[in-house]
Amino acid sequence: MNQLIAIKISDKDNVATVFTKGANAGASITITASNGKIGEITLKQDIPYGHKVALEDIAEGVEIIKFGESIGKTSKPIKIGEHVHVHNLDSMRARGDLQ
Amino acid sequence: MSKYTFQGYRRPDGTFGSRNYVAIMSSVVCANEVTAAIANQTLGAAAIMHQQGCSQLSPDLDRVTNSLIGLGSNPNVAAALIVSLGCEGTNVNKVAEEIAKTGKPVEVINIQKLGGMTNAIAAGVGLAQKLVLKSTGIQRETADISEFIMGIKCGASDATSGFASNMVIGYVSDKLVDLNATVIFGETTEFIGAEHILAKRARTPQIGEKILTIVDQMETRAKSLGVDMRKGQPTPGNIEGGLSTIEEKSLGAIMKSGTRPIDGVLEYDEIATHRCKGLWIKNTPGREPVLLTGMALAGAQAVIFSTGRGAPQGFPIMPVLKVCGNPETYNRMINDMDLNAGEVLSASKSVEEIGETAFNMLLDVLSGKATKSESIKYTNTMDIYTIGPTI
Repeated sequence: MNQLIAIKISDKDNVATVFTKGANAGASITITASNGKIGEITLKQDIPYGHKVALEDIAEGVEIIKFGESIGKTSKPIKIGEHVHVHNLDSMRARGDLQ
Repeated sequence: MSKYTFQGYRRPDGTFGSRNYVAIMSSVVCANEVTAAIANQTLGAAAIMHQQGCSQLSPDLDRVTNSLIGLGSNPNVAAALIVSLGCEGTNVNKVAEEIAKTGKPVEVINIQKLGGMTNAIAAGVGLAQKLVLKSTGIQRETADISEFIMGIKCGASDATSGFASNMVIGYVSDKLVDLNATVIFGETTEFIGAEHILAKRARTPQIGEKILTIVDQMETRAKSLGVDMRKGQPTPGNIEGGLSTIEEKSLGAIMKSGTRPIDGVLEYDEIATHRCKGLWIKNTPGREPVLLTGMALAGAQAVIFSTGRGAPQGFPIMPVLKVCGNPETYNRMINDMDLNAGEVLSASKSVEEIGETAFNMLLDVLSGKATKSESIKYTNTMDIYTIGPTI
């Protein structure tokens, strides 16, 4: 099987983006940055290609950081190795529903 | 001349076209059927058809008028035939006069005055034939790359876009700016969450303020409907592809603008030809048919288009080169995708290496090589972006 890889863009990021298929729960995935491999974590959930995995435990209401910038806030606590997406991450912008 | 050139059609106003179309242009939605019939019957004709031009308020009618002027003035157009119904709100005389100022031949037909659709089609085909016989005599000449205005678009994005295809386009954008060409990017909606980064790149504080203002206006418009923008932006396809929020989509989207300073902001219906050098923003929404119109009316001779999930779009008068960030999509949609930027992710190729390939492909396209979307004629879908109600 191919080595599973997720890319972390900035040092500040608390998520990495998975760019290999077959990133399933229980598998070990290599976290890479521009300078190569920086770590390895065990996936708690299946992560589809192009989706994000949490690199640390993250509380509810905390910013998710990708590209070194905020991409929204968590709507529930997330554990390291879990899938980060619309079910646990909310946008903070153009939210007409919150007015 | 620099070491980078292309073979273009020299126009009387000194611009160089990558294509040599006779544009058959509807002044109003009601003229589209006549426009289509004339274009179908005429070699080298491109139909400019849209849904606007009547029962709209003056700011929108001005936009339609200005947009048609820009499209007819685009260097890829050798001559224009305007198809008017006769009772529309578009200022047809102004469209004809302003296009004629570029020195190219312009004709106008009026469906009501000519006695209806069949007479208008017959008259239009006759005029279009004369324009084609004249314009097909124009030969390509060598033009410096600094004569190129490139539009940028990303559509049907996924998580690969911000890592691969937008990075490749950013490389091309930087190279063109350094070669004294003009680059325009837009999609103001997809600055939301990343506007602070763009504002920092503005050439002057005033340009930075303008960037923040257009993003605020777009966000306010989205919020006015009282719903979460998610599903509109990011789209369901973006979300399936891994993009969770507009902030995340925007941070990936702005990668396509490269790293150079931003020299100004153009409104949707503003022309860039003869007045813009360097890197410019065009204030547009993200939807493809209106974004591409915004680039064509600005004077772009080609658009470079980033996609991850696979966008097939082209444009009537302007080649659109597809750079695909997702290697699986590239292979699945090989007849629509021009370049596999996914090799940045799947084959460990550098952004620079794929960027050089994209740059050379663009030079070929400017000199006449068909893009995938041109070769299978995805060339009829476009519209003009309006902001007020249809009344």
